Amino acid sequence: MKKLINTPDGVVQDELHGFQAAHGDRVRVSFDPAMIVRIDAPVKGKVGIISGGGSGHEPMHGGFVGPGMLDAACPGEVFTSPTPDQMAEATKAVDGGAGVIHVVKNYTGDVMNFDMAAELGKGEGIEVETILTNDDVAVEDSLYTAGRRGVGVTVLVEKICGGAAEDRRSLQQVAELGRRVNANGRSMGMALTPCITPASGNPSFELADDEVEIGIGIHGEPGRFREKVGPASQVAERLMTPILEDLPFSSGDRVLAFVNGMGGTPLIELYVVYAEVAKIAQQHGLRIERNLIGSYITSLEMQGCSITLLKLDEEMTRYWDAPVNTPGLRWKA
Amino acid sequence: MSISRDDVLRWMELFAAAVAEHRAELVALDTAIGDGDHGTNMDRGMRKALERLGASEQADAGAALKTVAMALISSVGGAAGPLYGTLFLQMGSALAGNPEIELADYAQAWRKGLEGVQARGKAQPGDKTMVDALIPGVEALERASDLSDGLRAAAQAAETGMKATIPLVARKGRASYLGERSRDHQDPGATSTYYLFEAAAAALAG
Repeated sequence: MKKLINTPDGVVQDELHGFQAAHGDRVRVSFDPAMIVRIDAPVKGKVGIISGGGSGHEPMHGGFVGPGMLDAACPGEVFTSPTPDQMAEATKAVDGGAGVIHVVKNYTGDVMNFDMAAELGKGEGIEVETILTNDDVAVEDSLYTAGRRGVGVTVLVEKICGGAAEDRRSLQQVAELGRRVNANGRSMGMALTPCITPASGNPSFELADDEVEIGIGIHGEPGRFREKVGPASQVAERLMTPILEDLPFSSGDRVLAFVNGMGGTPLIELYVVYAEVAKIAQQHGLRIERNLIGSYITSLEMQGCSITLLKLDEEMTRYWDAPVNTPGLRWKA
Repeated sequence: MSISRDDVLRWMELFAAAVAEHRAELVALDTAIGDGDHGTNMDRGMRKALERLGASEQADAGAALKTVAMALISSVGGAAGPLYGTLFLQMGSALAGNPEIELADYAQAWRKGLEGVQARGKAQPGDKTMVDALIPGVEALERASDLSDGLRAAAQAAETGMKATIPLVARKGRASYLGERSRDHQDPGATSTYYLFEAAAAALAG
């Protein structure tokens, strides 16, 4: 294993030191419990928004802390959800009196730890609403699985809810908006290569040199199937078809198209994929009104991409366009 | 024969040692059907637990188990943190203030722990989780009439339950994403739970 690390066990702490050194003017980094908090938090009268999850998906979530997006992020160990005390502390740190939103990706560990945080927070007198993201169409949603994973739509939820919170929308309004974004978003990912967590030192799964895995999760969870690597047009079609079939996106719909890199894929390839996405969208009569292209929810050094489509409404579009000023996403600010 | 606070401290030391010794095995089992962090996370958590047990005087066995629970909850993360945290928290509450724990008290504490784990994780028997080792272990303790025999029977039953997860298809946790492909793998959570029973037998059986 070759990685730019000091020690496998110290990766997250070392990264946080770097984050503090780089962005200490706009965020407060705390190490025990680990969290990244907007420097002006709590913002009085504004709904606070926190998220958290395992590390290894950067810039999500820490890179999205700042005006117009998250008030705090709680990083866990690599691919391991954070602990309840982190979320409980972050909730207190961002409560400006208008309540706090927890954005939780649907993974067993994340859900349980955020549940415990909410229980610990009882008695603190802070109103908490949870938005659970579960947009990965690669997973069959049934009683017999942990349910669909939260992936690309999480970035969109955090941005759009962040905009609404800056606009002083109420806790209920922001929560309802976030749930609507999740309900109208669908994603699917693929991998060209596995990734290696620093602690294990081994690839998260085996994939032959000429194979790709379609439907991969952001922690290397297995996808729907493997096949010989084909042209980008074929990959885009493999991801877009289940997405389009899952939510009845219909002709004339306005959508946000998000082509995300898994960490090890260069932007040039993401644009190649985006060209195919745009073509397929046009064939289906979808109007891509907004887009996002880049590596925002990653899986360490994994090569591959995910595609997210979000059916937009007027309110979502307005808050997507609203100013945002975070290390990972910035416009109009 | 009864269980004292020091017996429970010894049990936790042996469990921490077992987790450290089998860290790589737990990582390998978890890499096959999960996300590969179970051994690392439990090892980190149990080291933290021993550190906290050593840092202050534990009033009784129940208090010691609660200390372990809080250490795991605040240091493990993942699914194992809340699940093992809940297990030890419920056991600790059941045993709090009891200086001489008899077999029936101990079995009842395990029952409370099991109930807590199922309430937190919603797993049913056969879902291919730690519950599949926990249930037979707890039931063996409840059937026993002698503490030492009961502890050994519980470890054996937990081991059988752990091995019985091999042919199962996972319905909970990350392994459930694999569907049929989760078959023919032993569940890492059931494996660490077996080590917990094994450590109990080694520490507490006469």
